[in-house]
Amino acid sequence: MSALEHNLEHGHEHDHHHDQPFITKYIFSTDHKMIAKQFLLVGIIMGIIGVGMSVLFRMQIAWPEESFRVFSWLLGDDFAPGGVMRNDIYLALVTMHGTLMVFFVLTAGLSGTFSNLLIPLQIGARDMASGFMNMLSFWIFALSSIVMLSSLFVESGPASAGWTIYPPLSALEESIPGSGTGMTLWLISMALFIIQSLMGSLNYIVTVLNLRTEGMTMTRMPLTVWALFITAIVGVVSFPVLLSAALLLIMDRSFGTSFFLSDIYLAGEVLHYQGGSPVLFEHLFWFLGHPEVYLVILPAMGISSEVIACNARKPIFGYRAMIVSLLAIAFLSTIVWGHHMFVSGMNPFLGSVFTFTTLLIAIPSAVKAFNYITTLWKGNIQMNPAMLFSIGFVSTFITGGLTGIVLGDSTLDIQVHDTYFIIAHFHLVMGVSAIYGMFAGIYHWFPKMFGRMMNKNLGYIHFWITAICAYGVFFPMHFLGLAGLPRRYYSNSAFPMFDDMVDVNILITIFAIVGALIQIVFLYNFFSSIFYGKRASQNPWKSNTLEWTAPVEHFHGNWYGDLPVVYRWPYDYSKPGFEEDYIPQNVPLREGEKDGGAH
Amino acid sequence: MTSLLIIGVVVLLGIALWQLTKIFHLTQTMRKSYAHESEMQIASEKDNNVNGYLLFGFLVFIYALMIYSCTEWGYMVLMSNSASEHGQDVDLLMWITMILIFTVQIITQFLLHYFSFTARGIKGRKAKFYADNDKLELVWTIIPVIVLSGLIGYGLFAWNDIMYYDEDEEVMYVEVYAKQFGWDVRYAGEDNTLGKANVRFIEGINVTGADMSDPNSYDDILASELRLPLGKKVVFKIRSQDVLHSAYFPHFRAQMNAVPGMVTQFPVVPTITTSEMRQLPETVKKVDKINRLRSQRSQELIAKGEEALMPYEFDYVLLCNKICGRSHYNMQMKVIVETQEDFDKWLAEQKTLGERLAEQEEANNPQEVIEEVTENEEMSAENINEEDIEATDETIGTEFRG
Repeated sequence: MSALEHNLEHGHEHDHHHDQPFITKYIFSTDHKMIAKQFLLVGIIMGIIGVGMSVLFRMQIAWPEESFRVFSWLLGDDFAPGGVMRNDIYLALVTMHGTLMVFFVLTAGLSGTFSNLLIPLQIGARDMASGFMNMLSFWIFALSSIVMLSSLFVESGPASAGWTIYPPLSALEESIPGSGTGMTLWLISMALFIIQSLMGSLNYIVTVLNLRTEGMTMTRMPLTVWALFITAIVGVVSFPVLLSAALLLIMDRSFGTSFFLSDIYLAGEVLHYQGGSPVLFEHLFWFLGHPEVYLVILPAMGISSEVIACNARKPIFGYRAMIVSLLAIAFLSTIVWGHHMFVSGMNPFLGSVFTFTTLLIAIPSAVKAFNYITTLWKGNIQMNPAMLFSIGFVSTFITGGLTGIVLGDSTLDIQVHDTYFIIAHFHLVMGVSAIYGMFAGIYHWFPKMFGRMMNKNLGYIHFWITAICAYGVFFPMHFLGLAGLPRRYYSNSAFPMFDDMVDVNILITIFAIVGALIQIVFLYNFFSSIFYGKRASQNPWKSNTLEWTAPVEHFHGNWYGDLPVVYRWPYDYSKPGFEEDYIPQNVPLREGEKDGGAH
Repeated sequence: MTSLLIIGVVVLLGIALWQLTKIFHLTQTMRKSYAHESEMQIASEKDNNVNGYLLFGFLVFIYALMIYSCTEWGYMVLMSNSASEHGQDVDLLMWITMILIFTVQIITQFLLHYFSFTARGIKGRKAKFYADNDKLELVWTIIPVIVLSGLIGYGLFAWNDIMYYDEDEEVMYVEVYAKQFGWDVRYAGEDNTLGKANVRFIEGINVTGADMSDPNSYDDILASELRLPLGKKVVFKIRSQDVLHSAYFPHFRAQMNAVPGMVTQFPVVPTITTSEMRQLPETVKKVDKINRLRSQRSQELIAKGEEALMPYEFDYVLLCNKICGRSHYNMQMKVIVETQEDFDKWLAEQKTLGERLAEQEEANNPQEVIEEVTENEEMSAENINEEDIEATDETIGTEFRG
């Protein structure tokens, strides 16, 4: 039975305590809570690999062309002869790092986990609209991950044209080895990834629209659900365009077409391609690529709204403004893609258009940041690790977002496009801010996922050292970029003008290594708490949202007996006139009490 | 040195793991009585206090990092002494934007961390139930709108000035041709018109594929250095042979992708000669620092029995700035800005494409060449008319199709 059918039956007993075989319970589960954990697990594994890659290529940058045992060990003699990283393998590493982190960790690992876990529970539904499609979406994601990882073991190497895989470099095997089999596998993996993403997004949208419990109007939904819902809509609009770009690229690579290729002389001969343009690919790619980065940050915003309100014991400031801002960001994100292409050779008039729209998108982002700060003001803050990460989320979102104002201005982008300035920018917003949002979500909802608590002291250590290392890695990069240092350079020793940047690069690499290693604290905490953590109470954080009204133990259908009925918005924290500093959504209004929410 | 560092890291890692396990077990022991055992893992009032102070301390860290970076590395950034006319607009806008965002950063980070600190949780205290304030929302919507509009406005005017040039303006065309893994440049010669080109015509010394059936090609000049005259607007006509590259001249504040199958362009007026630039105090400071590092490095190399590094003398650079393959990081082309006089002298010494092709022909077939050359010279002299002159309108991507 789908959750849709379940919900239509009132008063139907739902203890599906039937003993499920291992395979149905853990492997091919259709239960959204298990699927969430599956996404999280794969996301974490991909994250470990992605971070590992970043340590390797940072070592190459800091100590160019030096021989390292760890290169021989991890990369082998073909990719790192004599322990020296091959120059195209450096490009392969940065490509795969970007791909794994943006798609597999920050999209699937963040949206996949929290949409699955929270949407049904926070809106009071038994499960997603289609548990079966949900299960499929995870397994297609798993398959996509396996295909992507398999490309690391191909003789000609994995895709090496940057995570943005612009043709002709990504189309022509002769232009770089990784554009052979490695690129083919990349494209297959991404096709599967896009399919699973669309399946998941459709499920989330339908569930939010149709399966809200009685009393759960749209304007009583927690901001987390709003963010995940809007993320899903943006995904549905933009991912198909990347799929089409990938299909056209497959055709150029394997079927002799010329969508993206024209007038090329390579390896001593003129190739047959005629009439295509790489700029077309850039448009198609970035039409997804830009919304993609908002797909990454929106769930982190939703999570942080929840964690901050709950831990500050205060309503999130400006609930309606937050919703409107989410909608504005989502809409605007679809019309700014050209800011990645200011110097692509496209008509300069477009440059003006995209500068205009890009600077517009700064406004709802600023509103959200100010609202977060106001939420903290005069709160009564419980400094749990989740809260620290959420505060860190706001802090780094501001830092990273402000440099976006430099990049969005086409005149300034001329100088800093494709330099370390842009690397600093997008890492601060995605690699730090969004990841903090993910950590906040994991620490906060760990009791919900596993019925146990994570160790808070290890959480504190994890946060503080990560916070220092994150700034230590990415803040100096702004200066390198402004000094003209291009990105994706295997070595900075080919131009003497970069010689005085060696020390900065070494400093960055050291912070990166320490920052990477300290994640081991998190991993240890996460995995050991699953088995040995203190058992959680039903509502350890004293939160208002519906997921905490469900019992600690997991079963299909989420609630014994009837679904909860909702009477109020989720932000009645420290409401005057009440003894407790929180009032869950399913607590009826008192005589004469008004719902404090959207009025 | 490196291995020492790695050993140190591994040792610290080991110690960290050992301590972690200890902490984990220690915090498992019941020290207080809790309503539920899970409460041990929820922030206590002590935790709130400690972390509140740490958050405030972190603000100090952020400020310290900003000050340190600006003092230590501020000299590196290319935000002044731009070597091009439009570069001054870019630099001014960059300064304004930087000052703006630094101000916002300083204020917002302060508020964020300070509020977190003052609001650190105390038992029994209730937070302020402050759900919304539309007026406040309006204030911090309108202010960014106004500020950003100002920035956008300036930016758009500057962008138009940079990217477009008048039909009447006197410009010099230079083709910048990118390939895996190097650059070629082709000057337009006396007719100031680059001959049409396509990769199909690449042959021998005609490395950028000029179409020799186009009379404008004959006086074009291939060079192995990019020399530019001071004060004259040069329009770079940028092409690529194979994959995407990008012509990035950081000192000129100029960047434009090289796209195979398309001709892109970027106008620049160089305003500081190479020798002038070398004498500017900021350049001297940077060059000195680099040479100190280089001589240190040289000593290490000599000790290993390798050659010392050449001392660095400032030169403008052309960097490839779009991932293009294995040697993306090492595409070299010397860029020199000199007086019009010096430039003219140098250009006059260069052989035209026509001459070099003729030489090549002569090397292969001595007799027939001479008449051909004379014919072509006559042709090119006659054919300088309105239609053939290089398009000077704003549209990019003048088709060089064979």
